[in-house]
Amino acid sequence: MKRVQFEHSAVPYLFIAPQILIISIFFLWPAAQALYQSFLLEDAFGLSSQFVWFRNFEDVLSSSSWTRSAIFTVVFSVLVSVLSIAISLFLAVRADEVIRGAKSYKTLLMWGYAVAPPVAGLLGNMMFNPLMGDLYMAFNSFGFEFNHIQNANDAAFVVILIAVWKQVSVNFIFFLSGLQGIPKSVQEAATLDCKSPERRFWTITFPLLAPTTFFLLVINLTYAFFETFGIIDVSTKGAPGGSTATLVYKVYVDGFLGADMGGSAAQSVLLMIMVSVLTVFQFRFIERKVHY
Amino acid sequence: MYQSKWRVFSNHTILILGALFMILPVWIAFASSTHTREYVFQNGLQFWPGAEFFQNYGAILFDASATKGRVTAIEMLFNSMVLGLGFAIGKVIISMMAAYAIVYFRFKLAVPLFWVIFATLLLPLEVRIVPSYEVVANLGLLNTYTGLILPLIASATGTFFFRQFYRSVPDELLEAARLDGAGPIRFFIDILVPLSVTMIAAIFIIMFVVGWNQYLWPLLMTTDDQLYTIVIGIKQVYNSLYEGGQIPQFPKAFALTIMATIPPVLVVVIFQRMFVKGLVETEK
Repeated sequence: MKRVQFEHSAVPYLFIAPQILIISIFFLWPAAQALYQSFLLEDAFGLSSQFVWFRNFEDVLSSSSWTRSAIFTVVFSVLVSVLSIAISLFLAVRADEVIRGAKSYKTLLMWGYAVAPPVAGLLGNMMFNPLMGDLYMAFNSFGFEFNHIQNANDAAFVVILIAVWKQVSVNFIFFLSGLQGIPKSVQEAATLDCKSPERRFWTITFPLLAPTTFFLLVINLTYAFFETFGIIDVSTKGAPGGSTATLVYKVYVDGFLGADMGGSAAQSVLLMIMVSVLTVFQFRFIERKVHY
Repeated sequence: MYQSKWRVFSNHTILILGALFMILPVWIAFASSTHTREYVFQNGLQFWPGAEFFQNYGAILFDASATKGRVTAIEMLFNSMVLGLGFAIGKVIISMMAAYAIVYFRFKLAVPLFWVIFATLLLPLEVRIVPSYEVVANLGLLNTYTGLILPLIASATGTFFFRQFYRSVPDELLEAARLDGAGPIRFFIDILVPLSVTMIAAIFIIMFVVGWNQYLWPLLMTTDDQLYTIVIGIKQVYNSLYEGGQIPQFPKAFALTIMATIPPVLVVVIFQRMFVKGLVETEK
């Protein structure tokens, strides 16, 4: 906070009012409703509902489809985060070293930020289209018997590949600017001390980038949780048999297509708890973040 | 700095492969969008552009039947533009004001209100879609631009960006302004806003792209074709690809995909410096 502040009774409320108003209507109200609905059981026609305490939560937590989706979400999120971070760190280190064409490489690798997730999903879908997809044919011509429409692992592979493709550019931007923030003197000293670029990377550059990496890990996990909705909806739609449905996608399928309001609300509340933990974690960390 | 010849060579090879990895899917979609549907159906995806560029893009842009709906791509692009701009403008104004109240004033409800705003970061729209949809439906805002944009603005990311920026503004400015007799509104308009211009531009660019690319919320909100954004239009066209026993309209679906991708990519590439600065500095 500022040392010097205005002391005025009405003005601050005036300034903060629009935001609070929008938050109350479009955030607090729905969130409260989700919480309330998660304790209700509606009949099949939505005409009457009954207060059932934690039954919806028990149903959700004990259902095999939710557990499977939760496991998939965790595996998916970890794989997407780790892979896209690794690829973009690798690219960023090289892009930081090149002298000729540095700017062009940077532009060529960062524009992907602006691609909408469903667009990425559609591009992936097309590459894996059994009728004409180049990647589908390439995999099968190597004899993999690749079939993402029926095989759950192959479908997961497709979704992960698309999600990684979409996320590489964001991580690349952060890593490159992190690398460019390392003082020249440190880099030169490192070059004098060890000739091998690999050793230099692991002993000097990577530890200096650790805070950025950790920060990106949180960002990527959040991305894999929520923003991949569009990718899944346009590529696999959770198929085969819900094996590639993340928890967010499942909330949508159960709540909107399946009209199970109580169950969907209970899933929402569970998700809220998970995200809250992630966000608080992120904020505690950011407050202590090291700046270069 | 010393670099071996081999290292320089491998650097370029790796970067070119990385760039190809990013660009090839979009390029193939573009090239395939410039052929006739019969050709693509028979020969698969294309690597080289064909002769149907004007034919396919013209049909998609101006002829509603080409997108299988009742809207043309021009109308969808317009809706996307409204969503992107409305979202960015709304978010910048609202969060600048809220952050100003939080940073520059001492008032009773400051702490609880700050926590209310913070809480929105914990619960993104995706986890509360069903009740949000019901609220918007109750307010009679389905299929309106207001209902499309306002709920998206509820999240407080922008407020935090500006809060962080204001805190880095030197206190002396406020002291000087007060000595000169400037009140809080005057200080905000004459000093703080002009100081934040770069920050505003950077956040505006990011928010425009985020708004343009919204998917889940417009998908639920807009049942009326007239309000489809281009990102939603893609899904509709894609869903109807295999309908009616005709040869699938792959080229036109790809054309629509390319048109949805170009505007935000152009914005990011043209304002690259500002965009990168905004992204990296605000998310710290």
